[in-house]
Order: sequence, then C-alpha cells, then structure tokens
Amino acid sequence: MSIKGKAYLAGIYEHPTRHAADKSTAQLHAEVARGALADAGLTKADIDGYFCAGDAPGGVMAMADYLGLKVRHLDSTDTGGCSYLIHLGHAAEAIAAGRCSIALITLAGKPRTGAMPPRATGAEADFETAYGATTHNIYGMCAMRHMHEFGTTSEQLAWVKVAASHHAQWNEHAMLRDVVTVEDVINSPMISDPLHRLDCCVVTDGGGAVIVTTEAIARGLKKPLVRMIGAGEALKGPRGGQSLDLTYSAGVWSAPPAFAEAGVTPKDIKYASVYDSFTITVVMQLEDIGFCKKGEGGKFVADGNLISGVGKLPWNTDGGGLCNNHPVNRGGMTKIIEAVRQLRGEAHPKVQVPNCDLALVHGTGGLLGVRHGASTCILERV
Amino acid sequence: MADKVKSQYPAPQGNPETKEFWDAAARGKFMIKRCTACGEPHYFPRAICPFCFSDKTVWEESAGEGTIYTFSLMRKSASGPYAIGYVTLTEGPSLLTNFVDCDIDKLRIGQKVKVVFKPTDGAPLPFFTTA
Repeated sequence: MSIKGKAYLAGIYEHPTRHAADKSTAQLHAEVARGALADAGLTKADIDGYFCAGDAPGGVMAMADYLGLKVRHLDSTDTGGCSYLIHLGHAAEAIAAGRCSIALITLAGKPRTGAMPPRATGAEADFETAYGATTHNIYGMCAMRHMHEFGTTSEQLAWVKVAASHHAQWNEHAMLRDVVTVEDVINSPMISDPLHRLDCCVVTDGGGAVIVTTEAIARGLKKPLVRMIGAGEALKGPRGGQSLDLTYSAGVWSAPPAFAEAGVTPKDIKYASVYDSFTITVVMQLEDIGFCKKGEGGKFVADGNLISGVGKLPWNTDGGGLCNNHPVNRGGMTKIIEAVRQLRGEAHPKVQVPNCDLALVHGTGGLLGVRHGASTCILERV
Repeated sequence: MADKVKSQYPAPQGNPETKEFWDAAARGKFMIKRCTACGEPHYFPRAICPFCFSDKTVWEESAGEGTIYTFSLMRKSASGPYAIGYVTLTEGPSLLTNFVDCDIDKLRIGQKVKVVFKPTDGAPLPFFTTA
C-alpha cells in the first residue's frame, strides 16, 4: 500500500518564542497544538491520532493525557531531530490505512532556559560514554573525514550558513537575523575541528506542530491543499565497527524509496527543507538525497546555490536551524512547516519560490557519526 | 563528560555479556569478539554476531593497534580540549575513542595508534595513543 496522495498537511504552527523561561514544556506542546488546530480550522475533539517523541514530558501517555486527547492511534517513535518527519510518514500510513483521520504531531521544549532531556543510551554505553561524544565533535568528525576524502573546504561549508542567514534576515522571529559572510563563518571561534561556531545551529526554546488528515477532510477546510506523495525512513550506526564510513548517512536509504513512491527525481524539486544541525549535515544530506554526486556537496552549496532567488536549490527559507529556530535541538518539525509554507505560497515574499508545487523535506536525527535516523518526505501542492 | 575525560573516568557498569571484556582489561588485555560461523570480528562485544546472527562468537585478544579513521578536537570543554575519534583496528573493526598521552594538535587521519588503559573506580577503560 502506498501513502501517495492519501494524507494532507492541513495545519501547521511554529511557536514564535525562542526564549520561554515563563512556560513549561508541556504547556509549549499544548500551545503549538492549539496553533496548528487554529491554522487548520479544526478543534481538539477532532484529533484521533497523536504522535510525539522524546521531547514530550513523560512520553505519549502522559502527554496525551495532559493535552486531554482521546485517540485511536498513537506513535512515539524517537529518532532525535528527525522524529517528526518519521511521524509524518507514519501518520500518512495510518491515515491511508484508516487507523485515524486527523493526526496531531507536536514538538516542544526549552533547552535555552531549562535543562535538555538526557540522551538515551543503549548496550554501547560502557564502550562509548566515557569518550565525551557531543553533537559538535561527532559532526566535526564527519566533516573532518569528508574534507579528507573529497577536499571539501571550510569555505564551502560556510556557504550553507551564509544562505541560511540571507533567508533569516526576512524572518521576524529568527534567532539570528544578521546576514553573515564566508569570512565571518571561518573567522568565528573553532568549536570542534573543523567546525566553527557559525557552522553550528542555534539553541532555542519553542516548538511546532502539524495536523495531517484525509483528502475528504482537507478539502472541507480553507487552507491550500498540500499532500504527501512519498516517504522513506532508515537508520545507520557503526554496526559492530565493520566497514565504518562516515561520509554518508542513512539518507542514502531513506531518499530513494521516497522519490520512487512520489514518482519524481531530485531535479524536479522546487524547494528543499534539509536539516541543518551543522553546515556539514546539509552538505552530506544533499549528496545522499541525490541533488549532487557524493563528494561534490561542497561545490554544490558554494556561491549562494541554496539562496532563494539566487541559486538553483532554494533551501530552508525560514533561516533554518542555523539562524531561525532549532527547538529542543530537534530540527525536523520546523523543516516540515517551512515546506508547507512554501507550497501554500505563505513563505515570506522575499524568499517565496515562484509556483512552488513540489517540495522535499529531509532530516537526520541522533548523532550523524554514530547512530542516527533519517527520513525523507516529498510533498506537493494539489 | 569532558571533566571525566580529563580527570576521573566513569567506571564501566558491566553485565554478564561483557564481563570477560572488563576482566581482561583489568589484566591489560584488549579483547574483541569474532564469530566462528561467518568469521567476522566485531566491536563492541555482543553474544550474538551482529552480521550473521550466529551465537558462535568467541573472545579474541586484539593487538590493540590501528589507524585513525577520523577525529575532532573538542574545544568547547570546561576542562580543556580533548580529542575524540574513530580507530580502525588492524583486525578490522572500528571503534570510538579518545586520543590521550600525545600532542593532539598533531593528530592526522591515517596515523598509527595503540591502545592504552586508564584506571577508573572499576575496570580500566581503553583509550588510544600515538604509536
């Protein structure tokens, strides 16, 4: 059974806050749920499917109870920052199978003014925890190897941040709105070689939510119609240490089935939301998705190729995680939201892609150089 | 985490599946697992082979030698920079580690390294240093 054309993204909401010292995490989940319902023109009583990940306090049972939901389908798959993209694919499956008709996906948290939930560990803990793996140094290791094998440069990576900043200047809610240059990035302090401070995403409080529904219900609502036409998901890890290769991600497995299901190719995509936890994340993902060959991501992103109205692939036009928002260090949700804005024609006029009728949303989650998930979703305007 | 890398390392919790690894570490031996069904070595050690899923896995002492696959110098650390990276052992498996007792500013991909154990409150932990 395919999900192609079966599920519609009827409601979206990105919390405007980036500093939420005066709110609880559960409250933020409720606020983004209200926002997405209002955007869709639906009410809480309409929701019969609920999806949340590790950021939801107490997990899906506690969160659904707090929100006062009565659902017949639930899912708490957690693959870090791309959980919400995987939820989107799973919601489409559930809707296609008739398991629910109006699904709510929420993300919220406050790492900026509160504590981050601890990272879960597994059987590897005794053999890895002591070595101080963090997002910065694990992604730094990926960048180091990419540079070693392909000659990728810090200047090329910097172009990713430059593009994000060009977009963020138009977003009144963006955490960082100043346009930066390649020199600004490579002259910013080194955090974990070869990644500089400006190669890293922002840390923000906030959240977002999405409502996914059936065609019949979506057609009765007022928003422009945006639907799922393809989805894929995958995992990658060291797997016993055999044939370790940090130059590619699970995206090489999540993207092809999504394109096949949608019946489109990377060159058909008008707009791409690609998770930008770090600049290297984008370069690797663009290669893995197939926008360019493996090893040529650095050249692909250079010279403004990701800037809307300038380059060939308008990308993360809200300013992305690098400049706009990265709630709970989980960037998948905001990637979905900006893609829907683009397909509706609701992006900022300075970054709106003309006649944007086909968009890709892709994310990875977890630690790219250790264990991570990936999800690719392809959306179209009807 | 950085503090632990610099000064006091956390003691491994251990479990029945990995006890022999930590017992060997206490004797200064660095062990990997090999599957006698498919012949493939792996790390960290499992009872069931992660490749062919056979339960015919056996302990094997590693030479503790390998090369740096990649690394990064973590500078965002209250206790000073530390080097994290992957080593590919001569036996085949790659593993996550820190590079210690060496000039971390001179590390490079492909460099030869060897295992070195550091004490904890429990079993010693394996790290790597330049060979």
